[in-house]
Amino acid sequence: MQDIVLLEAVHKVYKMGEVAVTALNGISLTVKKGEFVAIMGASGSGKSTLMNILGCLDSPSQGKYYLEEIEVSNFSKNELAEIRNRKLGFVFQNFNLLSRTTVLENIELPLIYGKQLSKPDTDRVHQIIRTLGLEEYQKHYPNQLSGGQQQRVAIARAIANNPTLLLADEPTGNLDSVTSTEVMKVLCDLNCNMGITILLVTHENDIARYARRVIILKDGKVLSDTPSKSSTTPASQALCETTS
Amino acid sequence: MPTLFKIALRAIMRNKLRSSLTILGIVIGVGAVIAMVSIGQGAKSMVEKQLESIGTNVLLIIPVSTTHTVTSARGMTAGFATLTIEDTMAIEKECRAVNHVSASVRTTTQVVYGNQNWTTYVSGVGPDYQIIRNWPLESGRFINQRDVNIMAKVCVLGQTVVANLFGTLDPIDKWIRVKNVPFKVIGVLNTKGESPMGQDQDDVVLMPYTTVQRKIMGVTYLGIIFASSVSADTRFEAIEQITALLRQRHRLRPHEENDFTVISQVEFASTIMETSRTMTLLLGSIASVSLIVGGIGIMNIMLVSTTERTREIGIRMAVGAKEKDILFQFLTEATVLSSIGGLVGIIFGIVLSKLVSSFGGWPALLSPPAIAIAFLFSNMVGIFFGYYPARKASRLNPIDALRYE
Ligand SMILES: Nc1ncnc2c1ncn2[C@@H]1O[C@H](COP(=O)(O)OP(=O)(O)O)[C@@H](O)[C@H]1O
Ligand SMILES: [Mg+2]
Repeated sequence: MQDIVLLEAVHKVYKMGEVAVTALNGISLTVKKGEFVAIMGASGSGKSTLMNILGCLDSPSQGKYYLEEIEVSNFSKNELAEIRNRKLGFVFQNFNLLSRTTVLENIELPLIYGKQLSKPDTDRVHQIIRTLGLEEYQKHYPNQLSGGQQQRVAIARAIANNPTLLLADEPTGNLDSVTSTEVMKVLCDLNCNMGITILLVTHENDIARYARRVIILKDGKVLSDTPSKSSTTPASQALCETTS
Repeated sequence: MPTLFKIALRAIMRNKLRSSLTILGIVIGVGAVIAMVSIGQGAKSMVEKQLESIGTNVLLIIPVSTTHTVTSARGMTAGFATLTIEDTMAIEKECRAVNHVSASVRTTTQVVYGNQNWTTYVSGVGPDYQIIRNWPLESGRFINQRDVNIMAKVCVLGQTVVANLFGTLDPIDKWIRVKNVPFKVIGVLNTKGESPMGQDQDDVVLMPYTTVQRKIMGVTYLGIIFASSVSADTRFEAIEQITALLRQRHRLRPHEENDFTVISQVEFASTIMETSRTMTLLLGSIASVSLIVGGIGIMNIMLVSTTERTREIGIRMAVGAKEKDILFQFLTEATVLSSIGGLVGIIFGIVLSKLVSSFGGWPALLSPPAIAIAFLFSNMVGIFFGYYPARKASRLNPIDALRYE
C-alpha cells in the first residue's frame, strides 16, 4: 500500500531568544493509506508540534517529510497552503470555527480557497452534511451549537475538500465522554467507509482504543509504535461493520 | 470574487459605529473634491455667461474717479457732469482701438400704457448700443442716428416691460406715456435674462439719449459711455487710448487723478474667477488633508481589525488560504470601506456644493467626471492605506495566528 506519510528524522527546534527548545528530536515514521493512528504522550512531548508539521502548518527544522511521496519539508508558504487546501484536513481541540459565519459557510471555507466552487464540490458538501447529521443546522451560527455539534462542523470542514489525510489534535479534549464517543464514531465511520487516513492526538486511552495503531511520544521521540490492542474490540469493529 | 466582497461587507457591518467613524475622513475628502470642482465649474460658467451677456470687448466709461468709486449705482446715475456728448464723439473718432461708442443716461421712472403702469429703468442710448451689447431685436427696429438727432419720442422695450404693460398684445406702434409724454414703441428686444449681479436686464425701456436728457430728465450730462474695443485682445489698447484722450479733453495735469474710470468687463469677470480660485484652493486643501487623514484612519482601523481577527486569519490559512487570499480579503475590506465613504462623500459633496452655491450666488455645476474621479480616488486611498495592514495580516504564520488569544 502507498505511504501517505513518510517522516525521516524530523527535528523541530523552537528558538526563544537564547533558549532553544527541541520539540521533536528525530522522528521517523510511515503511515499507510487507510490507517487510523492515535498519537499519545505526556504533555509537552511534542504531539502538537508533530501534528502541525504533518498538517503543513509548520516546517521541520531538520529532516524530511514526504506526503504522498512528494517531499513537502522544503515547500514555500504558498505551496504549503495549497497542500493544506487539497490534501489535508485539520480538526482542532477548540474547534476553530469562524463565529458569525454560518455552519454551511464554515464547511465550505476550504472550497473557496481552492478552485471555483463546482457542482461536484457542493454535492459532496451536502453529502458530508447529511452524513454528519448537520442538515438542520446549516444556517445556524457556531455559538448556537453544542460542543459536539461544533466539532462535527469542524470535521465536516476538514473533509470538505476530500483530503487524503485527516489530522485531529485532541478533538475530544473539550468534550464530555458521551459527545466524545459520538465524535469518535464519526471519525471511525470516515476511516472505514470513506477510506480517509486519520491521525489523532489524544491522551485518553478510551479514545485511543478507536484507532488501530498507537504511537507514543516522549521528549520529542517515538517511544513506542504498536497496533492497538483494542482494534479488535467489539465496539470499534461493530461500528465499522454496521456502517459499511 | 463576490465571496471576498461578501466577507468584506460582513466584516464592515459587524462594527457599524467604528466603520462610520472610519469613513468620515473619506466622506469629507470626497465631498470637498466634488464641491470644489462644482464651485469652480459654476463660477467659470457664470463668468462665461456674463461675458456672453455683456460682451468680451465691452468697456464702460463712468464719470467717477477710481478713488471715489466702489462704483456705486447711485454715483453712476446721479452722474458727475464730467462726461459729455463731445467726449463720446471724440472717442468714436480718435480711438482707433474702439469701434463702437454709445452715450447713455439712465433714470428710474414709471411708464404707463392704458391703465397699466410699471416702474422701470428708462435708459437713453445711442444707435451703437445694440451692437455693443450684442442685443438682438425680437421685432421692430432699433433707435437710429436720426432719432437721436431729432430727439424722437420713440422707445424700444425690454421683455419684462412688454409683459407688464402689454401682456400678450403686440406693442409695436403703440404709445406709452412717461411723465405724461407719449412715446411710440418702435421695437422690442429679445430676452437677455439676468445680469451676473442678478439684475433683470429685460426690465428696461430704451430711448435716444437726447430724448431722455431733455424730455424726461431735463439734464445735459451723461451717465455712462458704452464702448467696444475692436476685439477682446485690443481692450487694453482701447482703455489706454480712451484714458489718454479723456485726460487731454478734460485738461487734467499729470499729477491730477482721472475724473472718470474705464472698466473692462473682462477684468470684472476675472475678479470673480479669482474668488472662485481661492475657494477652489481652500476646498482643495481641505480635500487632500481629509483624504490623507481618512486614509490613515482606514489604515489604523485595518490594523486593529487584523489584530483582532488574527485567529480568523489562522483558521483561513489552516484550510488553505494563501498569502494573496488574505491580502485580497483585507484589501477588499479597506477598499469597500473607502468606497462606502466615497459614495456617502458624493452625496455630501452634492449637498455642500448646492449649499455653497446658494450662499455665494454661484450656480452649482456637478461634474460627472469629477464625481467619478473622486470616487476612484477614494478607492485608491483604500488600496493605498489598506495595503500595509493587509500585507501584515497575510504574512502571519498560521500556527502563531491560530494560537493567538
Ligand atoms: N511556538 C513554540 N515556541 C516555543 N516552544 C514551543 C512552541 N510550541 C511548542 N513548544 C515547546 O515544544 C514542546 C512540545 O510542545 P507540544 O508539541 O505543544 O506538546 P504537546 O502537544 O505534546 O503537549 C514543549 O516543550 C513546548 O513548550
Ligand atoms: Mg498539544
